[in-house]
Amino acid sequence: MIISVLLENKPGALMRVTGLLTQRGYNIESLTVAQTLDPGLSRMTISVDVDVKLRPLVIKQMTRLINVLQTTDLTDAPAVCREMVLLRVRAPMETRTAILKEAEIFGVRVVDSSVDGFALEATGDPEKLQEFIAIMGSYGDIEVTRSGMVAVSLEAKKLRLSPPNPKPAHEPAVMK
Amino acid sequence: MSQLMSGARILLECLVREGVDTIFGYPGGVTLPFYDAMYDHPIRHVLVRHEENASFAASGYARATGKVGVCCATSGPGATNLTTGLVDCMMDSIPIVALTGQVTSKLIGSDAFQEADTFGITRPCTKHNFLVKDIKDLSAAIHEAFYIASSGRPGPVLVDVTKDVFLGQAHYAPVNEIHLPGYKLVLDGHAGQIRRAAQMMWEAKRPYVYAGGGIIHSGAHEELRELVETLDCPAVCTLMGLGGLPSNHRNFISMPGMHGSYAANMGMYESDLLIALGVRFDDRVTGRLAAFAPHAKVIHIDIDPAEIGKNRAADLPIVGDLKRVMSKMNRNLKELAPQMRPLNAGARKAWWDQVNAWREQHPLLPVFSDDEIKPQHLMHEVDRLTKGETIVSVDVGQHQMWAAQFIRFNAPRLWLCSGGLGSMGFGFPAAIGAAFAHPGKTVVAIVGDGGFQMALPELATMANHGLNLKLIVMNNGFLGMVRQWQELFHNNRLSAVELSGFPNVEHLGAAYGIPAKIITRPTELRPELERAFSIEGPFLMDVRVTHNENVYPMVPAGGAINEMLLAPPQPVPVE
Repeated sequence: MIISVLLENKPGALMRVTGLLTQRGYNIESLTVAQTLDPGLSRMTISVDVDVKLRPLVIKQMTRLINVLQTTDLTDAPAVCREMVLLRVRAPMETRTAILKEAEIFGVRVVDSSVDGFALEATGDPEKLQEFIAIMGSYGDIEVTRSGMVAVSLEAKKLRLSPPNPKPAHEPAVMK
Repeated sequence: MSQLMSGARILLECLVREGVDTIFGYPGGVTLPFYDAMYDHPIRHVLVRHEENASFAASGYARATGKVGVCCATSGPGATNLTTGLVDCMMDSIPIVALTGQVTSKLIGSDAFQEADTFGITRPCTKHNFLVKDIKDLSAAIHEAFYIASSGRPGPVLVDVTKDVFLGQAHYAPVNEIHLPGYKLVLDGHAGQIRRAAQMMWEAKRPYVYAGGGIIHSGAHEELRELVETLDCPAVCTLMGLGGLPSNHRNFISMPGMHGSYAANMGMYESDLLIALGVRFDDRVTGRLAAFAPHAKVIHIDIDPAEIGKNRAADLPIVGDLKRVMSKMNRNLKELAPQMRPLNAGARKAWWDQVNAWREQHPLLPVFSDDEIKPQHLMHEVDRLTKGETIVSVDVGQHQMWAAQFIRFNAPRLWLCSGGLGSMGFGFPAAIGAAFAHPGKTVVAIVGDGGFQMALPELATMANHGLNLKLIVMNNGFLGMVRQWQELFHNNRLSAVELSGFPNVEHLGAAYGIPAKIITRPTELRPELERAFSIEGPFLMDVRVTHNENVYPMVPAGGAINEMLLAPPQPVPVE
């Protein structure tokens, strides 16, 4: 299940969202979070294995959290999912050209080159990246850091294009 | 122009602005500055004898009034002791604000003396929580806490305040606006859905109102009565909803669920339209979910969208505040009445006949004996004195179920009960909270001999304040409900349920300076209860009841609600 969450950029907000998943014993496969255009808000993308029947409930309970503004289930929705991989591969002279060829095929950038090998930066959908990592592994020792998935919905109604204007909550919010 | 004051003083100012008159608490190291500020402040602090009881007392206060209950504890053990009360309020949607002290912000994370990660520990125990490390954030946090606790679906909110914030100095400027962009309340309900629901209600042949705690929280009891009378359909109130519809109302059946009445459960089972109002289809009500109300369509009205479809899919969901939604619903129902009422008049009559037949077939009747006091007899006698108008707080277990079956509540906020969490030790401190909320009234607490011993130290609180609280221990010498399950489902292998060594309450009463009486004979019961109720102030009663009485009807865990055990020892299959 891929969940996109718009939440307040506040201490503890992350813990509330993850707590909702961990209290059910779910293992979060990947999680990314960063500020949005509005520095008061963060966007989070979570990839987690949730039973199909429970997904609407998890979305509703997440939306219920005080710090959360919007929760969207992107699992089966039209969305673009991307991930970034930073990969170091040990490359003796005889394999270096082949590695660079592979990198070109996958649209991967070389971010560092040394006598030991290369540091590569790859972005793409997670499955493609998995293939790339497997291929690099066949050239020698590798070390991999993955960013976790980020996703954006392609449905206009699910996309929140501009940050919300701060406005008072419903009428009881105004203190007597 | 605002004046410079300490954080502790600012906190008190915020509480006064929120209309707080009473705090249940226990002081400690890091809350010293707060207690110092309270020393010459008019706000009333009630010193309990254990922090858990502070949270239960705040819960009892909130349940009995609808106002936000407030409790306070120090860092570390003080805060961890509060957690049971917080979860209790979380499960039953009770508005309380818990204030805890935290070690000085610079020391957080250093394993300082009495440090605990209160913010982390209480995250899943609260509707929301705050950690205040900067005095500038204090007043906003407090006002937001009260707003969150009391609005929407109510719940507990904790504010953890570091010692340096208490000690710091700042200008107090009242917070006039609350900014919570993620906190969206849907209160009004969808007008079209409400119209459709009204139509469905009239079209149903066997409509059945299933009303829960939401009625009490929303203050929708008048609207409920109007709805039930307009439709003239049978209605049940769940354990949390007792008093939502007066127990003496002719349409009120009783409580449904695991220990609900035969008629209440059969009605649920056979109904063709469940009108679910502020309920969460709890497992103790539904039994085996797949077999719950199999013929019924469901109209589910709740303020919390996450409750809709959680356990049972709703054919017609309405998200909104019950009071608002139901007052519109009632208008719609009345508009439709002239044309719709005659439509199913025959079917409705047959439905009532059926429900009444169930009521007569297996009525909930108290049991009496000449030799020993039956627990049902005790509840019957208490009911005689409380007359449906008195606050009764109960603990958890057999006595709770008998009390729910036999004590009537003709108004909301009289029945205080830890429903969702089922926390033993709740009944007595919750009654203390209610007694402080309603100083002029008699408050009754009925607890088992197990739960009584969990809350024992609060006898001192009751004695100190001379509370008009009648504490009745239904003493059967066992952890009765656990024993009942061991008898029925574990081949009567009674494991760790016998509570021997119960103290002599007359001696105990003397030790605390509380009038107390042990009641053993059925003939004594009525006069002794009457005597206790006639004395102003606290009274402690140990009522020795039958040891091995069990609560019936009973839907075994995982059973369907139409398959109740109506009596021991063999299950009686019900058609």
